[in-house]
Amino acid sequence: MGIEDIYTQIIAEKSRSIANRHHLDAPTDVVAGKNPTCGDEITLEIDRDSSTIKDISFVGSGCAISQASTSMMIDLVRGKTIPEARRAIEEFHAMITEGELTDETMATLQDACALSGVSHMPARVKCAVLPWHTLAHALDEAEGKNAPSTH
Amino acid sequence: MSTTSGSAASHLATREEIIAEFGILSQRSDEGKRLVYLDNGATTQRPDYVIEAVSDFYRTMNANPHRGIYTLAEKATEAYDSAHGTVARFINAGDAGEVVFTRNASESLNLIAYSWGAANLRPGDRIVITIAEHHSNLVPWQQVAARTGATLSYLYLDAHGDVTDEEVDRVIDEHTKLVAVTHVSNVLGTTPPIAHIVEAAHGKGALVVLDAAQSVPHLKVDVRALDVDFAAFSGHKMYSPFGIGVLYGRRELLESMPPFLTGGDMIEEVTEQGATWAELPSKYEAGTQNAGGAVGLAAAIEWIGSMGGVEHFGDLERETMDYLYHALSQMPHITIYGDADAAHRHGVVSFNVDDVHSHDIASILAADNVCIRAGHHCAQPLLHYLGISACARASIAVYNTHEDVDDLIESLSKTRGLLGYGN
Ligand SMILES: Cc1ncc(COP(=O)(O)O)c(C=O)c1O
Ligand SMILES: [Zn+2]
Repeated sequence: MGIEDIYTQIIAEKSRSIANRHHLDAPTDVVAGKNPTCGDEITLEIDRDSSTIKDISFVGSGCAISQASTSMMIDLVRGKTIPEARRAIEEFHAMITEGELTDETMATLQDACALSGVSHMPARVKCAVLPWHTLAHALDEAEGKNAPSTH
Repeated sequence: MSTTSGSAASHLATREEIIAEFGILSQRSDEGKRLVYLDNGATTQRPDYVIEAVSDFYRTMNANPHRGIYTLAEKATEAYDSAHGTVARFINAGDAGEVVFTRNASESLNLIAYSWGAANLRPGDRIVITIAEHHSNLVPWQQVAARTGATLSYLYLDAHGDVTDEEVDRVIDEHTKLVAVTHVSNVLGTTPPIAHIVEAAHGKGALVVLDAAQSVPHLKVDVRALDVDFAAFSGHKMYSPFGIGVLYGRRELLESMPPFLTGGDMIEEVTEQGATWAELPSKYEAGTQNAGGAVGLAAAIEWIGSMGGVEHFGDLERETMDYLYHALSQMPHITIYGDADAAHRHGVVSFNVDDVHSHDIASILAADNVCIRAGHHCAQPLLHYLGISACARASIAVYNTHEDVDDLIESLSKTRGLLGYGN
């Protein structure tokens, strides 16, 4: 695998894209994620109800892989139900950490499959998974908020 | 190769002769690309001579120094003790007792902060460091300041990236008890005005700690000529094994300070309720030590001497640095940090490529088997001061060539294109 297979045109484009890079007017959730060792920083802004991610955007800075991954994740999960989003997170994680690219993964992740080459770059895995971990964290928190209070 | 001591440096080895000493440098990647190792500020490679010396220790004299009474233990003790002497001569310490073996520069600096700092700092006292410090010469001082009520103050850089004499005079005052400075910055490659700092600090009765981690492989570090009170460095940045570092301290300071770690080997006598301490340097070397590492460090010092000595290494490196700095500064879309005079740089040049994050630079270079470092380089306050969150760093050692620089530049010239920017 050559470096051109990692820094593909779509990664380059998505890393520079500003389409998903903005604030939301009234986000229900604002969650920050950070890679302390390499300095990637993103903040996801989510507008959701109890079942669906109605809108999502981000602000932040970092390497091309983290920024492209964020943008592609947002394209993928906008308008999806929360269980669908969780499934995508799991598939992405498996693709990056185990290097598996099944038909099912491709169907679920679509453009985000362009990041599969990162599985050959152990030092960059955390860049690719940052937004996905951040989203998972946001959904966990949201679940906690929605859960009936035990007090 | 010969194994003469550092002082008997009659032969000034050529770069080709030096390269031939490093088996690892002839390695190729799976794709057949030559190894271009430009992360020497993180750790250098080790010459085969050092690797052999370490193997030889374990193969022929392995035992705990200072404990057994049999021949093997005597040999191990002799090798371990004489390594202190070799280091003492290398840095011109007063005697071998002023050389304490630690794991690395970080441990040495922590030892000073804990042992000297906790015993000597009071509320209102001031510790002074530069904004260019590695976290290892920064966080221990933050911690000891928090524990003792002392304050931590900074020497800042001018527009050229240098600490000026005026800045030194502005910050070091009568409350200052300790000044801890890097000899060579691991990000900028430059040296603060050590002589002026020492004069100012001593004039106010303050001690000076020299972080020599980045200077020992490039410059003659003579602790008595520099007149510093403590110095710290790691073996692994100067052709030696991991896990062996040095603390130099003036004898009266090391004698008066409380020990850092306590336990085996560092005691004179232990009773049920108390203990007295062993002579220097054992007082600061609790527990079984890294004797193989100490032997490796001594071997590296011998090896440097046999190749012409550290000043000769500095000369060879200066030539490569000039070439590297010039080549980088000719490239479009490159920002270089710090002093513009390559002659002021020791081993290190840090830079960014417009629009390209340094981690992407490092990954793209890695695909060409060009090894550099990217990120914050354990100097976050400095990067914040420079207004950046990360940068790329190429750092050279004596074995780096113009060909290494050419490969670096060629690989660097691809980075913007791969990320969709024009050249
Ligand atoms: C200037 C400086 N000081 C201290 C250190 C810490 O060295 P070590 O990690 O070997 O303890 C480094 C290592 O990068 C350094 O560059
Ligand atoms: Zn990253």
